[in-house]
Amino acid sequence: MCGICGCGSPEQKQSHKFVFKREHHHHHDELDTGRLIQLEQDLLSKNNTYATQNRDYFKQHNIFVLNLVSSPGAGKTTLLVETIKALNGQFPIAVIEGDQQTEHDADRIRATGTPALQINTGRACHLEALGIGQALIELDVKDNSLLAIENVGNLVCPSSFDLGEAHKVVVLSVTEGDDKPLKYPDMFHAADVMLINKTDLLPYVDFDVERCIGYAKQVNPAIQIICLSSTKGDNFTAWTDWLAEQMQALS
Amino acid sequence: MHELSLLENVREILEDHALSQKFSKVTKVTLEIGKLSSIEPEALRFGFDVVMKGSLAEGAELIISELNGLGHCQQCGQNTLMEVLYDPCGHCGRPLTVVQGMEMKIKDLVVI
Repeated sequence: MCGICGCGSPEQKQSHKFVFKREHHHHHDELDTGRLIQLEQDLLSKNNTYATQNRDYFKQHNIFVLNLVSSPGAGKTTLLVETIKALNGQFPIAVIEGDQQTEHDADRIRATGTPALQINTGRACHLEALGIGQALIELDVKDNSLLAIENVGNLVCPSSFDLGEAHKVVVLSVTEGDDKPLKYPDMFHAADVMLINKTDLLPYVDFDVERCIGYAKQVNPAIQIICLSSTKGDNFTAWTDWLAEQMQALS
Repeated sequence: MHELSLLENVREILEDHALSQKFSKVTKVTLEIGKLSSIEPEALRFGFDVVMKGSLAEGAELIISELNGLGHCQQCGQNTLMEVLYDPCGHCGRPLTVVQGMEMKIKDLVVI
């Protein structure tokens, strides 16, 4: 009996050939060598399930989570180190570091006295939600704290993988091209906040801040933008004030 | 190359369904990929055989159905085809909200 139309069953003597139009025939012919299963399932459904579990956990424990993304060398780790110093214990902070290899970045965070866990992704070019869930077992993330996840330096792949964060924060440094938002639109579309970093170097590079902001808003009209220098401290309080506001909104 | 990770997800999803829907081999996989998603169909085709090797979908045929990008304008209410995420409304030039083209789905399977 045909599993699709029931032809050949005792109730339906008629052959399906006379009942269904041509498209069905084609469909049915295919099934002579197998069974068709409609799935309509997202390729990222597994990751999204883990991300939802993480998000539920963060909500229960009042943890504000940022997923920091950028190309390699935009200054994510320095930004985090300076953020930890500037906030000076206003609220607890923990950091998860993602890199293909080495403990270097986690070591830099731990040197500030902040708990940090390094995830080495090996050949993978991004962090996934399952890895974050496992990291939460090892890393002591206190209730009512800020958890910063520094993703692998890569402006492409991490855009697709939800980790359960409240916001993706994309860091772009002025030593890169000001047209990166157009070159890598997926990431700037997925992020809620853009930090334009290393602004102290603007006199020495050919980076047009206004043009960059224009491009970013073209890709994502709602994106919030803060220009700052992590190493020199220029406009750094705009960033730490934003963080403090978000933490206040949690409680 | 996050296409490889995505294909590993596909393999895991197939293995899950093999248990619940009782099949032992997949002969055809149809994916639906939006043109605005960050997936390169060629990279999926390239990686598919490698990732499925040794699994229940080894040797399966891969069909990729691509969906056009489509944006809706909140201002003028018109829809516009989108090639890239930042294409403006073709009627009034304002930013668009993506309504189609971000898909990355396993549409269906043929199994034995």
